[in-house]
Amino acid sequence: MAIFLDENSKVIVQGMTGSEGMKHTQRMLASGTSIVGGVNPRKAGTTVEFDGGVSVPVYGTVAEAIEATGANVSVIFVPPAFAKSAVVEAIDAAIPLAVVITEGIAVKDSAEFYAYSKDKGTTRIVGPNCPGLISPGKSNAGIIPANIAGPGRIGLVSKSGTLTYQMMYELREFGFSSAVGIGGDPIIGTTHIDCLEAFENDPDTDAIVMIGEIGGDAEERAAAYIKEHVTKPVVGYVAGFTAPEGKTMGHAGAIVSGSAGTAAAKQEALEAAGVKVGKTPSATADLMREIMRGLGA
Amino acid sequence: MFEKHGVPVLAGATATTPAQAREAAEAIGPKSGGVTVVKAQVKTGGRGKAGGVKVAKSADEAEEFAEAILGMDIKGHTVGTVMIAQGARIAEEYYFSVLLDRANRTYLAMCSKEGGMEIEQLAVERPEALARIAVDPNTGIDAAKAAEIVEAAGFDAETGAKIAPVLEKLWAVYRDEDATLVEVNPLVKTEDGDIVALDGKVTLDANADFRHPDHEALEDKDAADPLEAAAKEKGLNYVKLDGSVGIIGNGAGLVMSTLDVVAYAGEEFAGSPKPANFLDIGGGASAEVMANGLHIILGDEQVKSVFVNVFGGITSCDAVANGIVGALNALGDEATKPLVVRLDGNNVEEGRRILAEANHPLVSIEETMDGAARKAAELASAATN
Repeated sequence: MAIFLDENSKVIVQGMTGSEGMKHTQRMLASGTSIVGGVNPRKAGTTVEFDGGVSVPVYGTVAEAIEATGANVSVIFVPPAFAKSAVVEAIDAAIPLAVVITEGIAVKDSAEFYAYSKDKGTTRIVGPNCPGLISPGKSNAGIIPANIAGPGRIGLVSKSGTLTYQMMYELREFGFSSAVGIGGDPIIGTTHIDCLEAFENDPDTDAIVMIGEIGGDAEERAAAYIKEHVTKPVVGYVAGFTAPEGKTMGHAGAIVSGSAGTAAAKQEALEAAGVKVGKTPSATADLMREIMRGLGA
Repeated sequence: MFEKHGVPVLAGATATTPAQAREAAEAIGPKSGGVTVVKAQVKTGGRGKAGGVKVAKSADEAEEFAEAILGMDIKGHTVGTVMIAQGARIAEEYYFSVLLDRANRTYLAMCSKEGGMEIEQLAVERPEALARIAVDPNTGIDAAKAAEIVEAAGFDAETGAKIAPVLEKLWAVYRDEDATLVEVNPLVKTEDGDIVALDGKVTLDANADFRHPDHEALEDKDAADPLEAAAKEKGLNYVKLDGSVGIIGNGAGLVMSTLDVVAYAGEEFAGSPKPANFLDIGGGASAEVMANGLHIILGDEQVKSVFVNVFGGITSCDAVANGIVGALNALGDEATKPLVVRLDGNNVEEGRRILAEANHPLVSIEETMDGAARKAAELASAATN
């Protein structure tokens, strides 16, 4: 088991024939992901050859790709201006999981496609502006490098891509059941809480690392959820303690307004819920190391 | 922007000199018995409290108030422009806004019969006086939703019926301009019973600029920090801070984390050096991007040392190392401050080998993020104290 993505995942790539799509499809294939198709209405009926002698068919629509291949995951690399219609197409085709890698999508577009997915109720969206998710050794949907860490029993959920990589690297001696980069935008499809719930219910996850950053109150709400519903040990890290008020720090969602959204408030909420919070990524990894050793790993 | 979408506003004109203000007051004043309102045009709230809004009973007074307000400092913003608006005989003041509700991943409309004051204060002191209604992004504020909002805010039927159509027009501003906030405070009822948006604030989503070529003209380029402006021109994600350790990293989360680690490390050294900036060079980290980044950071006189923190995820560390060496070569004599480099991840051995081989006198290599932060803080402290 793992969360959202496993050895039975059949992945299609929307935007596969673009340069980012080509590069990362190659990488996903190299890490053992079952890529069953690409989607591009202008190149329908062709195939794309990848290293290792793999040829991937291109379909005109997501619905056609699902019908032909039984795909259950779509990874979306479509540029920001066209991303909304790509996601809506995936939702209309009722694909169970749509992973939106694209950075720079207008908030209105994300708000609209998220509301649409909620109304339809058949598609989970991860992202946008995220590195995707990986269940090491099973499948990789997105751009998380597969060679950082192997399979194991830690679950990881993070707003930030590079902090996901950093934490996987720090804890590579243990490995991961799944690592999910949920993205740093103001509106995202899958939250910390969704991942915490899934990890809690995943028999192959023993402990959870949760990485947050300034802005919004997702970490505070996650803390309340952990207190009520999560029995597995959780270690937390929050980036942005020294961020000044009112400035956007890279991620569109990472902005401190007044006293809301500060790293200190998030840390306090997490600690009140019994989560051990590390001061730095390496201190956070040390906390998790202690827990995993205590569990006999 | 309100006028474009049919939101009722008072007549007004902007002025950058007291003489222009007089001219505007002479043109607009007759519509409201000679009375005009002179308002500072700044991108911050609380200008009324700061003395940036005055009611002028004559064109003479408008000129006099414009003279006082122009050049005024309001929360760090210098007033360069004033608005001369038609005066209104206000009977009642209300509040309305529509904004992004991150927690519920939807939009939220807020409305109150008690406008004019700071809404944060109202929300805390009398939350029951502020109606909060969720707005579906795909259906927005139609007639039914507008009616729901005015009813929740407790307006009587007659006033509510006048306000509701204005809310639909304000929703059009929010939707059609790709706003993340449209706030009207106060929304007023005049003695004649008309509903007018007297003062407002709109926050636009920069990610949607591709749909709005006209939004670029609204940007206040003079107000930006010169280093931030230069970085933006190069397409770099840079925020100026006021410490002495320059920071370059890849990925917003990692850079934010780097700032924290440097600030903690700085506490151990004389003068407690702090981060000088946020700079995310993104996934690519090519020599050119690295050179642009270093150029900006070395242009900051406050910077005493630089910490380059890269985790090679998609990028491999050898490319990053070549980027650093190439950037230092390109910068030549311009590069005068010590650089502490921490590389990890993809192809790290080769990356460290390239840096060691280049053996640049300004560059030192550290194995861990914490160790590199200490080293950079130590160097900055030594250069200052």
